[in-house]
Amino acid sequence: MDWEMVVGLEVHSQLLTKTKIFCGCSTRFGASPNTQVCPVCLGLPGALPVLNKRVVEFAIKVGLATGCTVAPVSRFARKNYFYPDLPKGYQISQYELPILEFGHLDIEDDKGAPKRIGITRIHMEEDAGKLLHPDVPGADYSLVDLNRACVPLLEIVSEPDIRSAGEAVRYVKKLREILVYLGVCDGNMNEGSLRVDANVSVRPRGREKFGTRAEIKNVNSFKFLEQAINYERERQIELIEEGGTVIQETRLFDAAKGVTLGMRSKEEAHDYRYFPDPDLLPIVISSEEVEKAKELLPELPDPKRERFRTSYGLPALDADVLCSARELADFFEEAVKLHSDAKAVSNWVMGSVLKNLNRDGFDSVAFSPVTPAMLAGMLDLVKNGAISSKIAKEVFEEMWTSKKSAEAIVKEKGLTQISDTSEIEAIVDAIIAKNPSEFERLKGGDAKLTGFFVGQIMRESKGKANPGLVNELLKKKMDS
Amino acid sequence: MKELVKKTGHELRGLLDKKEVTSVEVAKAFLGRIEEIDGELNCFLTVTADLALEQAKAADERITSGKAGPLTGIPVGLKDLLVTKGVRTTCASKILENFIPPYDGTAVAKLREAGAIFPGKLNMDEFAMGSSNENSAFGPVKNPWDLTRVPGGSSGGSAASVAACEVPMSLGSDTGGSIREPAAFCGIVGMKPSYGRVSRYGLIAFASSLDQIGPMARDVEDAAILFKAISGFDPRDSTSLNPPAFDLKKALNPDVKGLRIGVPKEYFVEGMDPEVESAVRKAIAQLKEMGAEVKEVSLPHTEYAVAVYYIIATAEASSNLARFDSVRFGMRVDGKDLIDTYRETRAAGFGMEVKRRIMLGTYALSAGYYDAYYRKAQRVRTLIARDFAEAFREVDVICTPVVPSVAFRHGEKIADPLQMYLSDIFTIPLNLAGLPGLSLPCGFTKEGMPIGLQMMAGFLQEETLFRAAYAYEQANDWRRIPALGEVK
Ligand SMILES: [Zn+2]
Repeated sequence: MDWEMVVGLEVHSQLLTKTKIFCGCSTRFGASPNTQVCPVCLGLPGALPVLNKRVVEFAIKVGLATGCTVAPVSRFARKNYFYPDLPKGYQISQYELPILEFGHLDIEDDKGAPKRIGITRIHMEEDAGKLLHPDVPGADYSLVDLNRACVPLLEIVSEPDIRSAGEAVRYVKKLREILVYLGVCDGNMNEGSLRVDANVSVRPRGREKFGTRAEIKNVNSFKFLEQAINYERERQIELIEEGGTVIQETRLFDAAKGVTLGMRSKEEAHDYRYFPDPDLLPIVISSEEVEKAKELLPELPDPKRERFRTSYGLPALDADVLCSARELADFFEEAVKLHSDAKAVSNWVMGSVLKNLNRDGFDSVAFSPVTPAMLAGMLDLVKNGAISSKIAKEVFEEMWTSKKSAEAIVKEKGLTQISDTSEIEAIVDAIIAKNPSEFERLKGGDAKLTGFFVGQIMRESKGKANPGLVNELLKKKMDS
Repeated sequence: MKELVKKTGHELRGLLDKKEVTSVEVAKAFLGRIEEIDGELNCFLTVTADLALEQAKAADERITSGKAGPLTGIPVGLKDLLVTKGVRTTCASKILENFIPPYDGTAVAKLREAGAIFPGKLNMDEFAMGSSNENSAFGPVKNPWDLTRVPGGSSGGSAASVAACEVPMSLGSDTGGSIREPAAFCGIVGMKPSYGRVSRYGLIAFASSLDQIGPMARDVEDAAILFKAISGFDPRDSTSLNPPAFDLKKALNPDVKGLRIGVPKEYFVEGMDPEVESAVRKAIAQLKEMGAEVKEVSLPHTEYAVAVYYIIATAEASSNLARFDSVRFGMRVDGKDLIDTYRETRAAGFGMEVKRRIMLGTYALSAGYYDAYYRKAQRVRTLIARDFAEAFREVDVICTPVVPSVAFRHGEKIADPLQMYLSDIFTIPLNLAGLPGLSLPCGFTKEGMPIGLQMMAGFLQEETLFRAAYAYEQANDWRRIPALGEVK
């Protein structure tokens, strides 16, 4: 049978606020256990939550960037359940009235055609703590670290519009890109800043009714997401084709084995007993606030790509690469302001700049020792013929290590291109004299030898000869 | 020196300021009184004599340097659901028997800063659940007017300790009448502020949308002073309000001319103790003689209040009490696994009434019942609040009985929770509407038990509320001290 997979994703993204969502404790990652806690996030008797306004600002930004409607009134609810990492015995989340609804994200399907994935809702909530299982043989206890308790999260829930693992990955990548662009999330999946739950089901193609879904919890890499969804698809199809039925359950992805595993099946269905949290007032957002936020919204990756293609005339590939990170696009645009050959700038950014960053282990252009101004200065020298593009490579490396300007380096090392005809002619004559038989063959029409002669001449001039002049003079000699 | 304990807070203030007595002497007098009679009353769960004397010394220095406020050097008892830094806070529950909080709640912090003295933590119904103070895990409180009777709940310790001169004033909390009812049963003044006027930060929650901390004292003036000291905006409580500051002068004005007083017909029900009804009606008549205008009003949804209350309060309680899970603080009974540990701990740590309410609330919030119970209750709550809003368009103060009877005997109603719940019938609607209310003595029965008069006012109209109460109190002399351990 021809099966179709239906996937809906819930992405939890940790927000880049300095303090937690309901108290003033720091959200810094990696601190010693229970050093960033207070009566509120410890859930001590008598403590009350107070909403961090930054979280609402961040949520509005994300909502505007994903085409969501910002609810004029939303509110927090309590999700009640017992677990040692949940200090209050309930998680403060949003339920009936989330802050954002009805958005979408545009991606490409597996064939490269545009596809729109609906966003059902986005809501704010607090994170839980973490259980630490001691690495002691026979230990019959666990420890609780509540540093992460009360850290702000946005949960972004998609419509079940996704039909393949590839689409799922592209959707999450796009979402991650937007969150990072907006500066609301660092997108660091290793540290759990972005975690994905995937709801996966299969149905015979053409049938409208959804199959029973399994939820794969807490996937924290694109590779695992793809593997988990594909595995789950095969598992469910196989199960049904063998006459079994898929049960609704929560599964975990075992990265080492590449399989999803059912969590200990819960006898009783979870009843979270949601109700509005009486400790927090409804969140009221005026249309003026939304308008203001709109004005402050940075240009998003997709419109930026489009603009890079049209106003700089860049190929799609260049636009994609340059717009993959906000700082990289800014770097490019700053350089283009100073040196107007956009394609040349793009080539150098995509080439040497990214290559060197990668080599030195930097993940952002913010760490580049070569500034946009330095790059533009070097390109100016190439353009006005002061150095060849070959010399430019050398100059670039020197800039990278010394942080000196191209002009200074060229002057210091005497790298200025030789454009003096007589000086070059002398070299050309010397090379011809050294290789008389090759020169005869060149004159006889063996065009392959042009490269040989240009190479020899350039080497003799230590690369400083103006290549245009070299070609011109060589031709003149052949004709004489 | 023993005469000191008979004084109100503002009387003590006069003596302290005139240097006729020191704070240390005041503290010692009240600590002595506690030692003398609390064995019989069981008002105190924790006596903090060392802390009180230390605070008294600091208060004396402050008075000497001329920096004393209204409460500097005045002892204030604290209901044991108010979180106190470094002082055991039990909520009268075994589950918190050894809990020592690392922080002060806002009301407590404000009193500490004002220089008040804390002699100790007062007994109550466990987690503030009860109308008779018989639900404390550490034994019931006795009514100082008659030791065979209950002091009322859940602030029974706060009320009885004030009535018996163990402290001049105290803080209680009122979720469905828990300040007003014990104040009436013990013959003192108790006041529940508008919701949001006193920060709940550091109040161990029973029902978050109803709870409010309030003052209990032997007269209206002390209650007003204590209310002023603890009220005000608090950034740590999202439901905290920031109205104009409470004006003590406007509140303590004995003139009621032109004050419009409403008498709701729904509050004078059949089966009410005739002595209570007659005393309350007399009080209303007296206010009329003093120049107030009296008219009948209607609060048509009153009959649903108790049902609505027990759904909302228990629903919130079931969630609020989830944090008592043995993981981070409080007692722990080890079970065979994690879930079992929760079960064993909560089974051993919570008393009967608390368990009953957690069960009720859990049921009301369950999938499939939420709409029928919780959501419907919230709708009716809105109607009840609307009733009051309409009534307060026509009148300034509403006068009613506090409780349909006077203090009943220990054990009389404990086996019949429904009967017990009905004793809050006149106090509950006000909590649902978030309005301020006050209970003050308006007479005694033939048997010598105090009778309470309830006054209610519109949202944030505490000045009017106190004014009506002050005027009535000034025109009468119901301020009495029970014979128990006669103060020599
Ligand atoms: Zn905290």
